[in-house]
Parts: sequence; C-alpha cells; structure tokens
Amino acid sequence: MRIAGRGRVDRSKPVSFTFDSHRVQGFAGDTVASALLANDIKLVARSFKYHRPRGVMGAGSEEANALVTVGRAAHQDPNVRATMQEIYDGLEVRSQNRWPSLDVDLLAINDLAAPFLGAGFYYKTFMWPKAFWERVYEPIIRRSAGLGALSGAHNEDLYEKAFAFCDVLVIGAGPAGLMAALTAARAGADVLLADEDSELGGRLNSENEEVDGISASEWAADVVDELSAMPNVRMMPRTTVTGAYDQGTFGALERVSHHLNDASGRPLECFWRIVAKRTILCTGAIERPIAFRNNDRPGIMSAAAVRTYVNRYGVAPGRAVTVFTNNDDGHRTARDLRAAGVHVTAVLDSRKDAPEGQGYQVIPGAEVCDAGGRKALESVTYRTVSGEEKLGTDCLAVSGGWNPSVHLTCHMNGRPEWSEDIQSFGPVEGMVPGMTTAGACNGTFSTLGALNEGAEKANEAVEALGFKAVETERLVAEDAPYNLEPLWAVAGRGRAWLDFQNDVTVKDVKQAAKENFRSVEHMKRYTTQGMAPDQGKTSSMGALAVLADATGRGIPETGTTTFRPPFVPVSIAALGAGGQGIGFSPERFTTSHEASVTDGAPMIEAGLWYRPSYFPKTGETKWRQSCDREVQMVRNAVGVCDVSTLGKIDIQGSDAGAFLDFVYTNTFSTLKLGKVRYGLMLREDGTVLDDGTTARLGEEHFVMTTTTAAAGPVMRHLEYVHQCLRPELDVSMVSVTEHWAQFAVAGPKSRELLSGIVGEEIDNERIPFMGCGEITVGGIRGRLFRISFSGEHAYEIAVPARYGESLYQALVQKAEALGGGAYGMEALNVLRIEKGFITHSEIHGRTTAFDIGMERMVSAKKDCIGKTMSERPGLYGDEREQLVGLKPVGAVKQLTAGAHLFEVDADPVRENEQGYTTSVGFSTTFESFLGLAFLRNGRARHGEQVVMVDHLRGVTARCEVCDPVFFDPEGGRMRG
Amino acid sequence: MRLTCPHCGERDRREFYYQGDAVALNRPDPDASDVVWDDYLHNRDNPAGMTRDLWYHEGGCGAWIVVSRNTVTHEVLTTALASDVKEASA
Repeated sequence: MRIAGRGRVDRSKPVSFTFDSHRVQGFAGDTVASALLANDIKLVARSFKYHRPRGVMGAGSEEANALVTVGRAAHQDPNVRATMQEIYDGLEVRSQNRWPSLDVDLLAINDLAAPFLGAGFYYKTFMWPKAFWERVYEPIIRRSAGLGALSGAHNEDLYEKAFAFCDVLVIGAGPAGLMAALTAARAGADVLLADEDSELGGRLNSENEEVDGISASEWAADVVDELSAMPNVRMMPRTTVTGAYDQGTFGALERVSHHLNDASGRPLECFWRIVAKRTILCTGAIERPIAFRNNDRPGIMSAAAVRTYVNRYGVAPGRAVTVFTNNDDGHRTARDLRAAGVHVTAVLDSRKDAPEGQGYQVIPGAEVCDAGGRKALESVTYRTVSGEEKLGTDCLAVSGGWNPSVHLTCHMNGRPEWSEDIQSFGPVEGMVPGMTTAGACNGTFSTLGALNEGAEKANEAVEALGFKAVETERLVAEDAPYNLEPLWAVAGRGRAWLDFQNDVTVKDVKQAAKENFRSVEHMKRYTTQGMAPDQGKTSSMGALAVLADATGRGIPETGTTTFRPPFVPVSIAALGAGGQGIGFSPERFTTSHEASVTDGAPMIEAGLWYRPSYFPKTGETKWRQSCDREVQMVRNAVGVCDVSTLGKIDIQGSDAGAFLDFVYTNTFSTLKLGKVRYGLMLREDGTVLDDGTTARLGEEHFVMTTTTAAAGPVMRHLEYVHQCLRPELDVSMVSVTEHWAQFAVAGPKSRELLSGIVGEEIDNERIPFMGCGEITVGGIRGRLFRISFSGEHAYEIAVPARYGESLYQALVQKAEALGGGAYGMEALNVLRIEKGFITHSEIHGRTTAFDIGMERMVSAKKDCIGKTMSERPGLYGDEREQLVGLKPVGAVKQLTAGAHLFEVDADPVRENEQGYTTSVGFSTTFESFLGLAFLRNGRARHGEQVVMVDHLRGVTARCEVCDPVFFDPEGGRMRG
Repeated sequence: MRLTCPHCGERDRREFYYQGDAVALNRPDPDASDVVWDDYLHNRDNPAGMTRDLWYHEGGCGAWIVVSRNTVTHEVLTTALASDVKEASA
C-alpha cells in the first residue's frame, strides 16, 4: 500500500511493468519489490526445495526470497533479486520455481513430504538400488532442482570489462562511505566510490533521521553533489565490489543498463578490475532474522527493510504491522511506521527489560512461536511467561540484530573475530593489505559513529599516501545505543527457517550435529546452508549459533565458514566479456585472404590464422580433385602459396651468429652472407622444439623463420635464452611476422614466373639453391629466398605486408598463364609428405633429433640448448620409434593419421604397439596413399611389412616400411 | 595480481607469462653430471613461503623478470631484470 506524502520515488513519473503477465503500476525510483508491495502483492516466489510461498524479505542485495526472472527469450535473466531490479516501462518480470503458476504450484507437495526431505536426504535415500541412480533418481532430481532457468538461447546481450585505478577506493556509500570519500577527496586523493544501490547514501536514504539539522537523505544528496563537482572523484552507483584480490585489486560488477528500457548500445553489465592504493570498506551490516516456526511466511520481513519501504519508497508493507525484536533497533521501525500513519499492532520484544513504547504497545519478554496464513501472513502467535497469545497481523518486522558485512575482508584468507558487544563477527585490521573498515561493517552501528569513523579512516589512508589530512567538521547525528540481547531461534515444535534460499531449518542443523557433522564446514555441506546464490548472507550467523548450541560450544569456538568471492552472483558473460564468438579466438588474416575467399577457397584455421585449403575450379566437386590438380600443377608447372603465417624473427648484433649457434643444434656463425640454412631447435630437455630456415642478410643480420604454430613460443624462447642464459651476447631480436608478406613460388617454371616480376635477373649465380638476396618488385624492395618445401625448384618471395595483396595477385595471374596457379594447404601437405619433410605432426613434443633422423645435425663442436640432455640414455637407440615412410601394399589402400602400427601377425592391442602414423596423404605422383610414421627401430626395417590399424575409424591396412623421402630422394629437382 | 616490470612499471599479471623457478638461470656446464642436469631441469621445490620465479612480460616490453614473492601472503617483494640478475651472478 502506497503512503501519501512519503518516500523518495518520483510520483510525477508513473512506470508500468508486468509481473507474471499482470500489469503493475509503480513510480520512477521503485524496485520490483517496492512496486509489488505497493500493490499489495505479497506472494512473489516459491522456495527452492519445498516450494513454500514466499514474499519479499529484505530491501538489498542480501534478499533471499524474492528471486524473479527478468526479460524473455534470449534476454531472459533468472534469479534476479526483486529488491535490486529497478523498474522501467515495459519491464517483464516472472516468478520462478513454480508450475503451473505461482498461485497453484503442484510441487508444493514437497512441503507435505518435508519430514522425509531433511538434511542428508539424498545421501541416505538414493543409495539403492545402485542402477537407479543414473536412470531414475538423477533425471528426476535434475528436473526439479535449481531455481530459475536459463533461456537456452544464445546470449545476445552486450557485456563489457574494464580497468580502473585510484588512490583510495571507498566501497559502500552510506554514512561512513560518503564521509570517507569526501574526506579523501578534499585531501586531494584520487577517489573511487562504489555502491551497489542506484542511489548513493545507503541507510541515510532509508532512515527517518537528521544529519546536521537536515534530513539524512538530503545531507547525503548534498555530499553527492559536492563529490560530483570534484574532478578527482569518480562515483560508481549500481556497482557491487565482488571480491578482494592481490596487490590492491578488486573485482566489481556494474549493472550498466539493467534498469533501462533502451540501453542505446550500452552494455548490460561491466565487470571492473579496480586497482587501489588504499581501500576503505564501508559495506554496512545486514540485519539477521530470528528463527521460529513458519518464519518464512510472505509478510515476515527484516525490520530495517520495513523502514526502507516506508521511508524511501513510501510503501507500507502491511496494514497492521507487528514488530519482533531483541534490540532497540526494532523500536525504530515501530516509530517510523507510526509516524507514517501505519498501524502498529505491537512490538514483541524478547528482552524482559524492553524500553517503553512511544505511542505503540510493547510486550516485553515476548517470543514469536508461530505464524499463520499460507500465501500471506494472517497472524502470529507469541509466547510470554503468562502463556501463548495469537495476534492478527499482515506484516511482521523482525530484527535479530546486525551482522557487519565483513565478506570482502575475508577474501584473502583472513578470519573475522567474534565480538561479544554486537554478538557477531567483526573485521580485524590488516586482513586485506591496504584495507581499513569504517562504520557498521566495523561494528560501529550509530549514524554519528559511522560518519566520524569514515572521516577518520580516510584521513589515515590519505596520510599514508603522502597527502595532508583534512580538518573535519563536527557533525550532529543519531547516536542511539543498540542494547542487543541475543536470540537466534525460538524454541518449539515445527520447522523454523534459517536459510530461506536453500530451505534449511533449525531441525536440519541439529540433525547434522547429531550425525556428527559438528564442524561448521561439514554442517554447511551436509545441510546446504549458505550454499544458495545468497551464500548465507542472512542465514550463516543463525545457523552457526544453532550449531554452537547443539554441539555445546560457544560461537567463537565454532567459527565461521570461509567467505569467498564473489559477494553477489556475477554472470559468466560479464566475467568473460569480449570472449564470445570471434572474441574468444581473434582471426588473423594474411594479405591474400580476400583473394583466396573470392576464389572460393575454404579457409582452415592454423592457430589464429586462416589459410586456404584448396582452390576449387569449375567441375571439381570434391576436395581431392582440387588437391590432386594443385599437386600436379606444382610438380609440372608452377604454384603459388601464401606462407606469410610462418614466424619471422629479425636477429641482429655482433654476436647474432654465436647466439644462433647456441639456440640451433647446427652452426650458423659460419653461414655465408646471402645463404640460407635449415636449422633444428631443441628444448633444454633434448626434444625437438621447432625447425625452420634462417638466412644471413648481413654480417650481423639474420632473419629466422619458424613454423606457424611455434612462432610465439620460439620468440619467447629466444628472448629467454638471451636474457636469462646469455645476456653477455650482443644481440637483439624482434618478431617481423606481420611486417612481411611472403609467398612460395614452386615448380619447374618458378624461375620463369619470377623473371617477369622481379626487377633483377635470377640465375643460379645470383640466387643458387639455399641462396637469398635483396630484390626489387615494381620498385619495391623485397627479399628472395631459394628454399623449397615441395621438393621442386622453388623460391619464397617477401615484400612489406602492404604490398602483399597486389604481389599475390600478380604471382597467381602469371602462374595461371604458365599453366599453374594458387595451391592450398592440402596440396602443400601432400607435396611435403612426398618429400618426407616434417611439420609439428612429426615434431609433436615427444620426438628427438635422433627420432627424425637428424642426430647428425647436433654439432659435436659446440654446446647448444638441449644438447646435453639429447644424449641421455633412452633418447636414442633401437628402442626409439623412428621416422619412416609407409606405403599400402595390401587389399586396403587407405592410410589414416593417428593409427597404430603392429607386426603382421600380432594381435592389434596396446601391448603389441610398434608405432603410429603422423601424416598421410594421397599422392597422385605415386597413385597411392603415402604416410609418415614413427616405428620402433624403423630405420633398420625399411622393406619390412607392418599392419596399420585405426581402431577409431575401423581401417586396417598392410604397409611396406620405406625411407620417408618418397619423391626425388637425390634432390636434383630442387637444386636444378 | 600486480607485478612491477623494471621497464614498464606496475602492471596486471595478465600481461605476463609465467615460466617457473628462477633456478633456470643457473644452467649447468654441458659436461656436468646427469644428477646436476636432472636437478636443473626437473626437480623443483614447492615452498609455502618465499619463491623466486621467472616471468616474461610478453604483453609488454618482452623483458624476462625475476620476481621474489611469498606464496602464502601473495606479497610481491622484488622484481628485477633477469639479464641483470644473470650478469651479476656471472
């Protein structure tokens, strides 16, 4: 019910939204919860396990009951706390965890079965028969488990992540936080003030009190105005700091446009990583409930939340409100209700010496022992020394005292300390380096105390950072005592709720203790208390107290469970913002990409790169047709292939040669100017890291190529070897992979092709086999390398990347005129298999120089990375699987990669495995499949027959073992 | 987590690649015994407390850095260029 003339909502701006398809009217400034209460909608949700009717319980992010689903289709967002969702025109809200409707929920049958569904129910019940678990129990449990549901559709909402830096981070903008931010900002520090509410001010906006002679909310607004005008202050409303991490780093979730009908391109949420030199935690406290029978009825709320609804939203959560309290704070609620003209039935105060009522009835020594009314509260029964009485009421405001929100102080392994004064756990200085606490989260509950402490802690923080502390004015504000007498659970029969979100009752905790789950961590896991999305914000303290009582220990001895991030649920989409779709794996394109795509080439991924598989010509319907044609084209005419994806590292310095001698197994310091050499690189443990060619462009200038896959790791390795092992060497290196576009031109007509394109004459004199030199292409300086990965007379031509596209087109055009054309990865693979050239299929991280037949490339004359360990026993010899070639000789002519090799008559089982295939391809040159494989003692077994068995694809083929170089073993074609 | 690169200043750990124990700087003589090489390559302590490890500022200047930190408190005590550390020990 709306109260005339009260609250901070804007009555000139009506807002309408839907709840389960019913139109609900509210005002700008309302949350879903306040608008529902204003419309007397008490039943908002169904509970997790027993499907009990539930209403709004609190007014903040700790809300345990009022979880709703917002939006629809792909935008559907489950488990949104109705207390945090601001309303806007067109907002769609639905209740969840009910079927067929909120009013009639068939699964409420669970509530009748409650005696059987207590703690440990699953563990005890679903033990037998064993086979039933997977087929019967699990599917049923899975269907009924969980709270809200995801849409199942792709999430199209926009999310963002960002970094922020500041001198002083103030978390929470209540009285302590506002004063802390103001003080630090006045001292000149860079201040960041984050608060999860839409409006800064915290409890100042919820209480009916004055600060410095004006209403608390006005005072807060004035401070916010002053802060807004300061250039060194950044305020972040709707931002929950979710976790404290190392070196002053904090995670924070900003709800950027959850409150907007039209986000206008803004993200839904932004996940911040805030780095602060000092942090002042001003997160306040959370009011705790008191457990009694049926204390989960809709209409039973936190007493402080009732004040929030009355004072901030101008909403009376009931027409006849009863207060149940164990401290003075509950009386505040009664006073505020009365001031707003709402009838207060009575204040039931568990303390025998309860203060007198100020215009309302107080019943001292009273404990509520039952609540009636199923879908809305109708009555409460209370007990005093003189017996039980029933009281008609439609709202019960409960205050069991306050728990400081110490969560963030505990994120780095700190443990809070028990305080007798407030009967709760409070923070200890230094739990998070650089963080101090002020106000209610520090156990200072009065407004004046919070204001002063905020200023004081801010001054300490800025002084530590070298700023001058500022004089703070003396403020006048509320400073009432708290006078708490602990009461956790009212004794009696029936179920009394502790954890509303996971449906855990006092009985469950006692049951856990009885079954010897006495440790708080065990009790938590056995009962699931505190394991719901709210992580026990309102329930953990009560459960702990009940456990302490049941096990005959004190609360401090029993201890708390571990507080872990995040403080509130964070969507994975926000944490991983930017990582969906191509953001997960950025695309790297070569300069020929567009031309390849235009030619219809299917592109395949090579790391982040995209490379053409093959170039289909008219009439070719299968990839093999194109591949075969391209292979023949290279063997008989000329082919062009973009090889820019290979890593290129420019290495310079007077010790560049010595450096290469140390990272390669073979010698490069002796390489003549204008020559290229193949090099093999090992890891320090003796296995092969990478291979490639390195050219000497100058006396002190080399350019290295790496494989596409290892470009990054090799760069890192080279820097490591230089900086960590050989810093005395005068050498510098830089990756130039992206700077050069490089194309292979291969085939008997390659020289003919290039002679029309390259400015200089190309002959064996100028560019012999394994030679290189500078050239000009249309006036542009480029490089030419005579190297071959196909076994043909071949070159690689490189130009600065910006000329890549035009050079590629010129090369392909000319090649086509000579009866050739572009070739893709499939043809490249067949060409290199025919020549027995290796790739990372062969040097896959387990093979040694010996295995690939290159042990003679490990120079005996010098040390190099991996040399010592490559000589370890076990890394060479007959037992090693060695690189061989395979040709099918039986009825089955197909080979597959990744298949296993066996002796002809052996059973094809693991124990008999002799090796495996690594690369296969169909060679049109030989009219046969060819394979590269590793076979035990393979080099001595050329001519033998083995059986290839692919257990996965069901292929068995008899093969002959041969030399891995099938084509032109003398190499005459590439030297020619 | 934040690390101070001697070249670039304090940076988020996402800019760095983690290698492992800084014992990697002490490469044995090629003729050293198998035991020495085995130790160098494979055997690492897993201390609760102080460690010295190597990080690579891959998303930054490319410097290899020796970081002294505490695995219990997560405190980062010192950072230094690996090349300086190596040359000082030579």
